[in-house]
Amino acid sequence: MTPTLTVENLSVAYEVTDRGGVWPSQRRVTALHPLSFEIAPGETLGLVGESGSGKTTAGRAILRRVDVAGGCILFQGADITRASGSRLRRLRAEMQLILQDPFTSLNPRMRIADLVGEPLTVHGRAGTRAELRGRVASLLERVGLPADSAERFPHAFSGGQLQRVGIARALALNPRLIVADEPVSALDVSVRAQVVNLMQDIQREEGLSYLFIAHDLAIVRQISHRVAILYAGRLVEIAGREAIYGRPRHPYTVALLDAVPVPDPPAQRLRQRTAPLAAPPDMGAAMQGCAYAARCPRATERCRAEEPPLAEIAPGHKTACWHPV
Amino acid sequence: MADSAARQAPSRRSRNGTRLRAFAAELGEDVPGLIGFLVLVGIVAMAIFAPLLAPHDPAAQSVLARLAPPAWLPRGNPAHLLGTDALGRDVLSRIIWGARATLLVGVAVVLLSGTFGVIVGLVAGYVGGRTDSILMRLVDIQVSFPGILLILLIVSIVGPSLTTIVVVLALTNWMIYARIVRGTVMSVRAAPYVEAAEIVGCGPARIILRHILPNLVSPLLTVAILEFTNVVLAEAAISFLGLGVQPPATSWGLDVASGRDYVYVAWWLVTFPGLAIAITVLSINLFANWVRVTTDPREREKRFGWSKTARRLAGRS
Repeated sequence: MTPTLTVENLSVAYEVTDRGGVWPSQRRVTALHPLSFEIAPGETLGLVGESGSGKTTAGRAILRRVDVAGGCILFQGADITRASGSRLRRLRAEMQLILQDPFTSLNPRMRIADLVGEPLTVHGRAGTRAELRGRVASLLERVGLPADSAERFPHAFSGGQLQRVGIARALALNPRLIVADEPVSALDVSVRAQVVNLMQDIQREEGLSYLFIAHDLAIVRQISHRVAILYAGRLVEIAGREAIYGRPRHPYTVALLDAVPVPDPPAQRLRQRTAPLAAPPDMGAAMQGCAYAARCPRATERCRAEEPPLAEIAPGHKTACWHPV
Repeated sequence: MADSAARQAPSRRSRNGTRLRAFAAELGEDVPGLIGFLVLVGIVAMAIFAPLLAPHDPAAQSVLARLAPPAWLPRGNPAHLLGTDALGRDVLSRIIWGARATLLVGVAVVLLSGTFGVIVGLVAGYVGGRTDSILMRLVDIQVSFPGILLILLIVSIVGPSLTTIVVVLALTNWMIYARIVRGTVMSVRAAPYVEAAEIVGCGPARIILRHILPNLVSPLLTVAILEFTNVVLAEAAISFLGLGVQPPATSWGLDVASGRDYVYVAWWLVTFPGLAIAITVLSINLFANWVRVTTDPREREKRFGWSKTARRLAGRS
């Protein structure tokens, strides 16, 4: 079966203007180093990393929201790296985005019915007024919102309900891929699970794929089939969920998992901190060797000199490390 | 087909009817807004029906009756309710007739300059980059150029007329809209819901009209009202210089300007046209405030909440 999404050596660079001196100078910052992965139909890939690791950039590049510096993106087998104009517009119907903050990602001056119906309207799939109303009603029912919410404005809803509206909006066009950029991190802990469950139910019914970007490891574990770990714009480890959580191989993944607090204070106190506290790397600086070497307890001379390639160390389990755990 | 069309026609008419009723009901929730609206309607009606309402010919002079005070003062003449000016013309009639030029110039200039300024601001703010720089430098140049000089220049070439005043005033007043709109557009552009709209597949036109423009309503209304006052006074200044409204026609601004010389002997010459300007601006303000709240769903809900609470409290006592 053709994967829904194939990313090959995708890289992204930003031009940054330094205004420190008398004359502004341009500098190129690589936000994303060549990155490759696949997402199968009906599969969820969790994309995890700390702030500034490039996970949002990766999501935006796949949706063609930021310029791609190199590599290619295949959507259902077709190269979309250079798609533009009406083709890009049609592709947008197939790939949708769920944004992080539901309070700011819905226009406060539009009714829920208009917000959910908008994708259909702009793609000319609205049909008659009555048909559109029917479609909107079924979408709202699908995401578990009461039918009378259609005539209301966003401010009348809670964060969890608004994120349901965001999901309904993303679903309106029957996309094959949804990039969810931290869809639950702005929500109360109590409603996170509900929204994630909803996303899973929809996936089961529709067979669509998710790229689930998050930093909350527990949520990623719940929803993902496979997990990719980003560090400083590089893919450091990618494997099935059980492998990542059960037997992480990259020292950074180990450190991430150890950073999750254990809900038992004495046990928590006894745990050792594996990752030394250090500042996250400066993305602008030219780097030699492994990006994680400065923070890594296992780093050797080789790590500081040579960048490790992403290598398969077990079936379906790849990591970029000279000394995997 | 025909059957469904026949069924739809009356429903549309009734929808218009309910809309009108909804408008009236909603205006009723806000007493100041209602007052403003009614006064405005009255002023516009006064301008339209000036020939029927004015007791005298606004240009008729009478040396014998000059500088008569308002009717209720000693020496007042009951035929001239608000007194007469230095040439014996009836102040009330002049106010009634003057409403025409004043409202026409004020509204036309605000609409014309507003439309142009908003378009420039939308383009500059949305496109950004070099387009933005060029348009905004154009605004800077226009702002730094003394407006009255430009007006004198154009009017002395083209010749004074109502159309000339409108065009000339629009030409010197559009910049403020462009600046305000540009700023708002730039901030709204970065809002996540605009990105969401782009992802969904909205084109630039839809994003500007549906997602950005509605956010401009309140700042624009505020500026437009302030500008209306400015325009009325600017028109007075131009008319005072003899380049605007030409006698025997009149405007409120012209009356205020020409009555200034008599402030110490005949206060009513500046007071009544001045009051007319003030009342007009005040009622526009009250009504515009209602419009601003009504177009913002969040504010609107608050208003309903307030009036509901007020009714409940009233019912209790």
